[in-house]
Amino acid sequence: MIDIERIRADFPLLDREVRDGKRLVYLDTGATSQKPRQVIEAERHFYEHTNAAVHRGAHAVAEEATEAYEAARTAVAEFVGAEFDELVWAKNATEGLNLVAYGFLNATLNARMGRSSAGEEQFVLAEGDEIVVTELEHHANLVPWQELAAKTGAQLRWIGVTDEGRLNPDDFDVIGEKTRILAFTHASNVTGAITPVEEIVRRAQAAGAFTVLDACQSAAHLPVDLHQLGVDFAAFSGHKMLAPTGIGALYGRRELLEALPPFLTGGSMVELVTMESTSFMPPPQRFEAGTQMVAQAAGFHAAVDYLSEVGMEAFAAHEQKLTQRLLDGIAEVPGVRVLGPQDAHDRLAVVAFEVEGVHPHDVGQVLDDAGIAVRVGHHCAQPVHRRLGVHASARASAGVHTTEAEIDAFIEGLHRVRSFFGAAEGRS
Amino acid sequence: MADAMEQLYQQVILDHSRARSGEGELESAHGSSFQVNPTCGDECTVQVRLEGGKLETVAWAGRGCSISQASLSIMHEMLDGEHLQRADELGDLFRELMHGRGKELAAAKQEDLEDLSAFTGVAKYPARIKCALLGWAALKDALAQARA
Repeated sequence: MIDIERIRADFPLLDREVRDGKRLVYLDTGATSQKPRQVIEAERHFYEHTNAAVHRGAHAVAEEATEAYEAARTAVAEFVGAEFDELVWAKNATEGLNLVAYGFLNATLNARMGRSSAGEEQFVLAEGDEIVVTELEHHANLVPWQELAAKTGAQLRWIGVTDEGRLNPDDFDVIGEKTRILAFTHASNVTGAITPVEEIVRRAQAAGAFTVLDACQSAAHLPVDLHQLGVDFAAFSGHKMLAPTGIGALYGRRELLEALPPFLTGGSMVELVTMESTSFMPPPQRFEAGTQMVAQAAGFHAAVDYLSEVGMEAFAAHEQKLTQRLLDGIAEVPGVRVLGPQDAHDRLAVVAFEVEGVHPHDVGQVLDDAGIAVRVGHHCAQPVHRRLGVHASARASAGVHTTEAEIDAFIEGLHRVRSFFGAAEGRS
Repeated sequence: MADAMEQLYQQVILDHSRARSGEGELESAHGSSFQVNPTCGDECTVQVRLEGGKLETVAWAGRGCSISQASLSIMHEMLDGEHLQRADELGDLFRELMHGRGKELAAAKQEDLEDLSAFTGVAKYPARIKCALLGWAALKDALAQARA
């Protein structure tokens, strides 16, 4: 059990009012999470006491800044079941996923120019190779692979989605001996469906393919153990898991990071630089060019400490109750269709829906007028919307601070949406 | 329902979002423009035929929220068969209104907007301004093509 009132007291923003004095009901955690004061305080403390350039300079404050930066890496890595040197900072999951895609591209280009480094050959792509993604993906885990395929001559294939909004197991056979990369989401940011990672990883491993997991939604809502899941790479964003914006992380198995060519180059990631050539640092520094987001790392550290203290098992159990309440509540509003599984099993409290005859923007506007914040649009996932027969949707997503009363307020708001837009005119 | 929503969704907007005046496709258009609102994927196509200094016919097709659809419908009602100068002026006037943060224009201008004055409240919501203007961006582009 989690003490929801105590948790809520930690989130200053939840106190505010919107739209002429309405109490904010924040159901947009899937887009970005609100921050507990512990995270805000950690960032503030860093700037007030510890701010200096990391991994350079020998003065006292620089030492402390470097310590804070690396301690954050260890804490975040541990939070997702990884070792500290398997975790690379990125500005967000999008950058982390691009880091992997561009690693493959750079390995391919290096091979064409006869300048491969040791171990890079495994990342070289050629015509006839296949990259497999899924129809559920956020654009961040789709577009980089489309681009990589187009630039290397590899073919992009995908696993489809069932009417219920889950990956279609009948399509798992698309994973075969030509598959070199399999990029897939751990949990959909539209349908909320949780992916059976073990089965997909087993198939990928049998095919000799690299696995890349988008853990953006899952790392914020479920206990995640990347070693146990057995994926090769995984990316997630800090801002979705109570941490500041501007920082995310890429996990890579150590031996893969050691061989993957860098994405961004410049300062901080080099050993020896001459006018002709450069040698690179070992990972994770090899992938961290330029001045890094150090205060944000301190905030990320505080965020995973906070989540650990709440307990991810307890949080996930709380969220599952909220999911059930959301689904039960929506089921009682006529003319509202959930885009995703109808039961709370293997599903996050990320619930996209359509209100028949009312555009998502208009749904969101009337909810907003009651102080209820939801996301409207395609949530950076156009293909899955198209698959489910809509162009856009509204989406309610819960966080660690969400109460059952807030879910009820949201359901009440849905009834209001229907009455305002004249569902009574026979468009039920 | 709170007043704010009734202010935003004026009856004329709700009526036009359902009536959808001028929805359709022209067989031979002099100008045609497709516009997308990337945040929600809403889209519209506006087609025009010109004849003797007039916007002989304007037609539109699209999908989107009540604000964007009503704006297109009212555009058709006000401009179909009108002088091109009126089309240009009304477009500029409507853009001025939508960038006014919800403030009414001078009385004469506000009157000149006719049914479009119902969108005054929409301009208070920055996220919705693009919805209201999507069709008018398409009209402007289609007219420019037709005159080229």
